[in-house]
Amino acid sequence: MRVRVEQTALPGIGVRHDLVTASGRRIGVVSHRSGRRDLVLYDQDDPDACIASLPLTDDEAEALADLLGASLMLGQLAGLRSQAAGLLTEQISIPAGSPWAHRRLGETRARTRTGASIVAVLRNREVIASPGPSFAFQTGDVVVVVGTREGLDGVAAILAESDPDG
Amino acid sequence: MHDTSILLIELGTVLLALGLLGRLGRRIGLSPIPLYLIAGLAFGHGGLLPLSASEEFIEVGAEMGVILLLVMLGLEYSAGELVGNLRASAPAGLLDAVLNAVPGAAFALLMGWDWVAALVLAGITWVSSSGVIAKVLNDLGRLGNRETPVVLSVLVIEDLAMALYLPFLTAVLAGVSLAAGASSLVIAVATVVVVLLVAIRFGHAISAFISADDAEALLLGVLGLTLLVSGLADWLQVSAAVGAFLVGIALSGPVAHHAVQLLTPLRDLFAAVFFVFFGLSTHPGEIPHVLLPALALAVLTMSTKVLTGYLAAKRAGIALPGRFRAGLALMPRGEFSIVIAGLAVAAGVEPQLASLATAYVLITVVTGPMLARLPDTEWFKAMLRRRTAAVAARAALQTPDPHL
Repeated sequence: MRVRVEQTALPGIGVRHDLVTASGRRIGVVSHRSGRRDLVLYDQDDPDACIASLPLTDDEAEALADLLGASLMLGQLAGLRSQAAGLLTEQISIPAGSPWAHRRLGETRARTRTGASIVAVLRNREVIASPGPSFAFQTGDVVVVVGTREGLDGVAAILAESDPDG
Repeated sequence: MHDTSILLIELGTVLLALGLLGRLGRRIGLSPIPLYLIAGLAFGHGGLLPLSASEEFIEVGAEMGVILLLVMLGLEYSAGELVGNLRASAPAGLLDAVLNAVPGAAFALLMGWDWVAALVLAGITWVSSSGVIAKVLNDLGRLGNRETPVVLSVLVIEDLAMALYLPFLTAVLAGVSLAAGASSLVIAVATVVVVLLVAIRFGHAISAFISADDAEALLLGVLGLTLLVSGLADWLQVSAAVGAFLVGIALSGPVAHHAVQLLTPLRDLFAAVFFVFFGLSTHPGEIPHVLLPALALAVLTMSTKVLTGYLAAKRAGIALPGRFRAGLALMPRGEFSIVIAGLAVAAGVEPQLASLATAYVLITVVTGPMLARLPDTEWFKAMLRRRTAAVAARAALQTPDPHL
């Protein structure tokens, strides 16, 4: 389901985004020019006023976004599967004893060889979004791949290779 | 003692006293503006500790203070924001001007002053203090509130209106004829429009010219450009303050962001000197004479500000409690009122004006932020609930029952 986010300019201060949740509460974020973020929660009786305004530093806001964004990230991928015809996502695990454990993502040359992209890695129930070429796999990682049917099969074949250097 | 040593001792004492006052103000949650004004009164002629050697230095410092206050104000806004706001909030701005400038002018005429003084007092009662109000909204955690954009856009329109009002006032105070005043206004309007257009189209180019990479070069570049443009504006009788404000608007992006960080400590220093200087030019002995008129003017124009905020918020579709929050937040007058009064005092308009303006700003800037907290109190909320219920009941009585 799409969420409607309302954007309001606050001249001299920054910008405010707010949305109404399915449960009927309004929440918002005030983004200051300095990078400070205020998380605001609106009053149920007086919807113009906020009952709480929590100032967050850049790092705190990012940490909170990570926490809240994890499930959203998978939701978007699930949505992608039905939206874009011909584009599929697949989760491929790195089992114990795989030759790819402790090797780098760049070494798979997956995108060059198959056209499919590794967009995320799930590790210990956490999402590592858009891993770079220097990202090192570990045993138990689940690799999220986006691409065509052939591309996904190609990546699966690469990750199943017994000798990566071969 | 040598002149220089007296100068250093006096300046040191003043700044040290201001530092202590600022700390005291923060502890009791008060804006430093009233404290600096009171300090100025204490150091002035007839005060506790009259200054002698450093007066000239403080006068130049005060001029720098005004310029820095305005360039920082300009840096807070982008040209696009100002123009966008102008379209959306012009009716609210007009309402604000009528409701708040007219009582000031009428009051001056009632005091038996001439129309120049009336024009000055109109400006003093018109503009709210952007600095104090933005801080109060932040302190009360109201930046996310839905009436806050209404409050902020009233402030933006006022600041923009000052870019036209100040040059006009400067021309009138210089004693030029009405025709020359009008041509000066035309020059001012043209300058403001040209700067806004240039800032929207070429803001990036101007900002790229002053690189943001080197802090020292950036500080000197921005400060130099601001002083140069202010000086030229002053020479054209457009007022130095407006020149600085326009430079602030023209700069954008990373240059504006870094310039704000670099200039803030300088602004804090020279703005404090400016408020002290204004206090210096007021004779504390005159304050008791103007206290009652100032109180009456404050009560009158603080009520009209509440009405302004109430109506502007109503227009934006805000519910009753939010309208009161918007109105009560807009009450404090501050830096601009003092800038206007400072111009008038320098031009020798109505001797009582300086003391009246000082007392007036002191009253609004101290009581305004305190009254802004009223809508958060339980009894105020209960009162509004009763009123809403009464209105609903009356409406129910007046509508004929469809079952009858």
